[in-house]
Order: sequence, then C-alpha cells, then structure tokens
Amino acid sequence: MSADITKLRGSVAIVGAAESDELGRLPHKSSLQLHMEATHNALADAGLKKSDIDAVFTSGRNMANDVPEYLGIRPRFIGGTQVGGCSFILHVEHAMAAINAGLCEVALITHGESGYSRIAMPAPRWGDDSTNNQFELPYGTSGPATGYGFLATRHMHTYGTTSEQLAEVAVATRKWAALNPKAFARDPLTIDDVLNSRMICWPFHLLDCCLVTDAGGAVIVTSAERARDLKTKPVYVLGTGECATHMMVSQMPSFVSWDAARISGERAFRMSGVKQADIDVAEFYDAFTIVPMLALEELGFCKPGESGAFVSGQRTAPGGDFPMNTNGGGLSYTHTGMYGIFTIIEAVRQLRVECGPRQVANAKTAICHGTGGTWSAAATMIVSTER
Amino acid sequence: MADTYTGPVPKPTPETQPFWDATKQHTLKIQRCGDCARHYFYPRPLCPHCLSRNVAWVAVSGRGKLHSFVINHRAPRGFPATGPFVIGIVELDEGVKMMSNIVGVEPDPMLLRCDMPVEVVFEDITDEITLPKFKPVTPSFKPVTR
Ligand SMILES: [Zn+2]
Repeated sequence: MSADITKLRGSVAIVGAAESDELGRLPHKSSLQLHMEATHNALADAGLKKSDIDAVFTSGRNMANDVPEYLGIRPRFIGGTQVGGCSFILHVEHAMAAINAGLCEVALITHGESGYSRIAMPAPRWGDDSTNNQFELPYGTSGPATGYGFLATRHMHTYGTTSEQLAEVAVATRKWAALNPKAFARDPLTIDDVLNSRMICWPFHLLDCCLVTDAGGAVIVTSAERARDLKTKPVYVLGTGECATHMMVSQMPSFVSWDAARISGERAFRMSGVKQADIDVAEFYDAFTIVPMLALEELGFCKPGESGAFVSGQRTAPGGDFPMNTNGGGLSYTHTGMYGIFTIIEAVRQLRVECGPRQVANAKTAICHGTGGTWSAAATMIVSTER
Repeated sequence: MADTYTGPVPKPTPETQPFWDATKQHTLKIQRCGDCARHYFYPRPLCPHCLSRNVAWVAVSGRGKLHSFVINHRAPRGFPATGPFVIGIVELDEGVKMMSNIVGVEPDPMLLRCDMPVEVVFEDITDEITLPKFKPVTPSFKPVTR
C-alpha cells in the first residue's frame, strides 16, 4: 500500500527564483560566489531575509556544508542529494516533504558552478578502481556527449529519427534565446548550420550539444500558507517525481526509452492531477538535442518514437503550439554542467508573466524536467499559478 | 604496449579481479546466478536481479550484437586514438550489455549498424591489463545507407 501522494499537491509554493548577477564566462567569480549571488537575488525576489531560511538544498561539487558557511546560514534541514543536473528539481520534492513534515519552513535550493572557467571548483573524485574507470573510461568516453549519443543512435535505428529532426530542437531553442537578453548564444541558427557544424561525437554535431558556461541559480520554496503572506505571486508545486536507474550508461535498462523519465513523469502527473493537454509551457533539460525529445515521449506528450515528428516544423519555437525551453535552454541560454535549476527559474517567470518578448500568452501551468548523470536519473515537476 | 600506454587503465578490485584475470588469458568471463539462472555484468558478488549470493564465473563465447554506438571525434586527454573511433554498447548472447570499442571497421556511420553481429577480440594494453574489444563478424556484414 503506497502513500497517497496526491495530498502533497499544492502544499508548497516557489516564492523566489533568480540567477546570479551575470551568466556566461565569468573568470572573475568563484562557484560559491555564484551560489551567493543567486541566493541574494532569489531572497530579494521573494522579499525574504537570509534569516528566514531554515533549510538548504544543494548539489554539485560544492558540498551542502560549503554554501551555509559561505552565506552564513545555519540550516536545520540539509539536502545534498546529488544525482547530476536534475538534482535541483528533485530537491523541490525533498523540500516539500520536509516542509510538510514540519522540519523546516523556508527552503533555499541553490546552484553555483564555474563550469567553464573552473574557478574554485573542487576536483571530482573518481578512482582508478571505480566501476567507470574499469568498464567505460578505457574505451575513450569523453564526457556526456559520448554517453548521450547511444540512445540517439538506437532511436534513429529503431524509429528512423533523423539528424534534421534533432537539429530542429537546436534551431527552435535558439529562436527563444534571441528573445532573452540573458542568453549566451543569440545569433540566428538554421538546420543546415547545425548539420554543418563539426562532428563532436556522431550522431551529435557541435550545435547538438549544450553550452559550457558559468552561472548560479536559486529558488526558494515554502508552505502554501506562508506563501500567501509574501509579496510575490506564488507558483504552486502540484506534482513531483523522481527516479534513478543506473550510473554507467552501458547499464542503462533500455536504449530506446528512458525509464527514469517515464517513472518520474507518471508520478508527477498523478500527484498533480494535471493532464498533458493542460501544460502551457515546457522547460526540459537539453544537454543534447535528443534529451528533450525523449522527455516529450516519456512524459506522454507524444508516443514512443514520435518525438522526431513532434519537433518538426519548429513546433517548439516561438509561435509554435508547444513552447519549449523558452529561456533558450542549455543549448543557447546557459549550461553550467548542472542545468536543472534554470528550468525552475524560467517556469516561475513564465507563470508570473515576467518574460517580456518571450512571454507565452496565458501561461498558467508549466512542466520542468531534467536528467542527471547519463540518462541516469530524472526529475519532473508540474507547477501552476492555481492550487 | 606495456609502459607506454597513455589511456585510462582499469585497476581491479577484489570483486572484479577474476574478470581481468580472464581477459589477460584472452578469455571472456562473466557471472551467472545459480538461483535465477541469469547472467549479469559488471562483476559483483551478489546477483543484481535477485540479490542471491549463489553466483559463479562462467566463460562465454564473446559473441553478441552491437546494440548501439557512437563515433567519438574528440578523444579524452591521454587516450591513444589518433582519429575518430567507435565506442559501442555490445549485447552479448547471454543478454548482458557492456561498453567497448568496435575495432576492425572504419569509424564511418555507413559501415556500422545497430544489431550487427560482433565478436570479442583482446587488446593487451599493459603487462597486467587486457581490454576486451569487439569486431564485426564479417560474413553478416551489410553496409547500410543512412
Ligand atoms: Zn539471481
């Protein structure tokens, strides 16, 4: 007998969301400074003080001890779950659990990463005797582009998905970036530009791959009751879900489907009571063009194998009927290495109607979704202006 | 070989040592569960399917299919490739999947196909470590247009 997750629906709200002062290539800022700027800005956005924060959630190279020290916070609840770039979406679920249990009231979820400049980034720790170093790294894997490609290749083989369809995602996302002054890459892009960019790891061209940038991002979550007293329009969390299936990509359960995404999505939709047709804006982690395509399939926006057709004809671009990655995504706006927090920030802004030229008309309900590791973990969240 | 190899070299742990001992002898060994009768990879002393400890090492033929692949154009630092090279996910006949390099074929997407039959070959990279790699089983090879 599983717990009734639907009672969590709408129990918490996101009341603050912001990036660091700058995004991009920031050799003059450390990763912790990026955390601090984002936290400062998210607090200002929420109209809260540092002393209101009683829980800190973070992930990445900086431990969940580093941020409280740097910021001078003494959290009574700490969340350091690290499953890669979607961790911050999953932290919202964990914050919701802690708030509902009465263990904390105002949770800070923070991200800072000097992904490009590598300023004050603690080194990763992978030993020579790790499973990765024994069974994958000796074959010349070079970061996520290698591992994410296996699913793209198998998807192309099984469903006839084409490089042109993958490129549609990059082109549509760039059109959104052109409307976002904070986006790193804003020059117009064509499908031919993507296909003619140099090969990184077949089937991925350079422009199928995300940016590498420095940035911070933070969101503040509190109970729906407390949110009513704050100055901002609350963005209610209606549903969340998470799942992890593997660490080494070679051990992924399937190479045509993404089980972690499907499981996380089913749970988020069940908790929320929302249907796919009710979603107005989608913010999907786009480390590579294939990743949001699989999200479309696994979250039920199209059938397995149909994402290539779904994204064709610039359907996800400004003016298309499925607004996706409206900030310009990891492909064109920013990608520090752990992009997940930025899906939340953009969803909040869209629902609060703060997006200027890229604002999606009548956006009431948004979905955030992310990946971590190499298709290893997934987190889904559905948020709305209505409880 | 030996002292000159510049790529990552696996360092066995107690539970993986039999795998590396076998590859050094140019034999592929994986584990099989005595309770649920399934093979599994990578090496662990408990079956990941049913958590039984009744597991044993078995030699396998090293035949399988290329489940998926990529062609990496950017070798990581120190990796001894001089141009694009193929990294595959190989599904052995016993049902387990493992990562490896696909050798004996040009790194050209037209010459590779998901599900093409492959078989193990061994590459001694140091005095201690031999990597299992895979090559196409050529009689079944049919180039495809992509
Ligand atoms: Zn078993």
